[in-house]
Amino acid sequence: MLLKKKNLNRELKNFTINFGPQHPAAHGVLRLILELDGEIIKRADPHIGLLHRGTEKLIEHKTYLQALPYFDRLDYVSMMAQEHTYSLAVEKILQLKVSRPAQILRVIFLEITRLLNHLLAVGCHAMDVGAMTPFFWAFEEREKLMEFYERASGARMHAAFIRPGGISYDVQLTLLEDIACFVKQFVLRINEMEEMLTKNRIWKERLVDVGILSSKKAIDWGCSGVMLRGSGLPWDLRKTQPYEIYSELSFSIPVGSNGDCYDRYLIRVEEMRESLSIISQSLKMYRNESNVQSYRANSKLSSISKYESKSSMEGTIHHFKFFTEGLSLPYGETYTATEAPKGEFGVYLISNNTNKPYRCKIKAPGFGHLQALNYMATGHLIADVVTIIGTQDIVFGEVDR
Amino acid sequence: MKVKVLKELQKIIPLLTLHNLNLEISCTIVQKNLLFSLFVLKNHISYQYTLLSAISGVDYLTSLYRFGVVYELLSLTFNTRLRLKTFLSANTLIPSSIEVYVNANWWEREIWDMYGIIFTKHPDLRRILTDYGFEGHPMRKDFPLQGYLELHYNENKKSLVIEVIELSQDFRFFTFETPW
Repeated sequence: MLLKKKNLNRELKNFTINFGPQHPAAHGVLRLILELDGEIIKRADPHIGLLHRGTEKLIEHKTYLQALPYFDRLDYVSMMAQEHTYSLAVEKILQLKVSRPAQILRVIFLEITRLLNHLLAVGCHAMDVGAMTPFFWAFEEREKLMEFYERASGARMHAAFIRPGGISYDVQLTLLEDIACFVKQFVLRINEMEEMLTKNRIWKERLVDVGILSSKKAIDWGCSGVMLRGSGLPWDLRKTQPYEIYSELSFSIPVGSNGDCYDRYLIRVEEMRESLSIISQSLKMYRNESNVQSYRANSKLSSISKYESKSSMEGTIHHFKFFTEGLSLPYGETYTATEAPKGEFGVYLISNNTNKPYRCKIKAPGFGHLQALNYMATGHLIADVVTIIGTQDIVFGEVDR
Repeated sequence: MKVKVLKELQKIIPLLTLHNLNLEISCTIVQKNLLFSLFVLKNHISYQYTLLSAISGVDYLTSLYRFGVVYELLSLTFNTRLRLKTFLSANTLIPSSIEVYVNANWWEREIWDMYGIIFTKHPDLRRILTDYGFEGHPMRKDFPLQGYLELHYNENKKSLVIEVIELSQDFRFFTFETPW
């Protein structure tokens, strides 16, 4: 007996594919389950947690100084920005004021970090979309910047350089002269990369009107940083809630109008130019500082120079107690957020009068942005998902922690 | 934020405590007023806390109310932050704030995964950071740092094997605190 067509219960299910954890364009380990109707995406469901290392739990078992290197490894392309947020949180609970030369050096390295991040963001985004060359040029510039990291702290990438109380070691003046040389030639490199991409017809077709986020939706989805600025909101924590010496520097914030991927790309390139101007201003300020060797807060709350630790008994004891017991924070809690290159990176720190944090919650900007992926990608094609992931600047170290 | 507007906060939302520590404002509310307070804070004209930055969970193991859920709110128009805390005892349900803030979705999933706090009326409460078959809630204070199970590839069986953890050396926990 044949079943009549109208008696058959037909259930339509969307075609589901797995934009797998191992994919050159998935920016790390992202498992994205896409429900498609032809090639148009109906729903995108990101599965994260493939790089979850238990950072928050581990931090609860370490002293404040031992917990610092975990922050380098969160967003592993812009390392010092996270260390800085953590150091600011610890200093806020301690109500510790950092010396001015240390603040200026911190700002110089934070802007170098911003350059590092945007070079990778724009370079990898271009490579995902299909333009392979800017990636190589960007990484060559990153190598030069990582050489500065290495000369300052000893490590190319995960420099535990910005510590609560100041910075770990003082920098030589030759390094600052080399940074000034780098700044002079870097404008040409940005111009080269821009010449390749900005007015390119293919680039514009791939990026304009893709992943549009209106300003209301950007706020609803908890976006921060470039995502907010791309949608027209001039919100930058360096201007609105300034920290370190940002209130004394003059720089402008690029703001987009359309809220699509092309605007965000242009904002990132402009931010690189602004960072160069900030670095030159800070270098001038550092030279004008009455150069006292007070790069560390001179107290029991920071480490001691090697000469002093080997020459007196008190120095040895200070060195021993600082590196074993470490800082002991009073009861308190703070949520400190800074303008990391990817957005608003926040640290919620609860201290309980011991030398270990009671709870350290890390608010990564990528977590909030990836949530908005479902909203941004519906209605677009599969290739646009790659563009959107690239423009949100997702790095899985910070999303998964 | 002006002090006057801050004091007015107590007239609008039923707060339990209000602290201003280091220029950071934090307030505590009872759990049943949570959705109402969030709605008011988001939509009231003199507050406009439209952006939810993060929701964190805290485990106070030895306290009357075991868990705390902390909402970090940001107002773009007034450039202020507010911290809103609720405390729950174990096995208590808390309403999901997804109707007020859309991005609360993943933050609440993370708190469910890490602490075991159930959010009612959440559209899709499943694990987000831990492995697919993971049992337990890792961030609780009674969950050990090394966990209970270990996962490795067995060459003979040619597949992943899950077994009880075996550490060759006990976890050395140093406190180094000065005894005086």
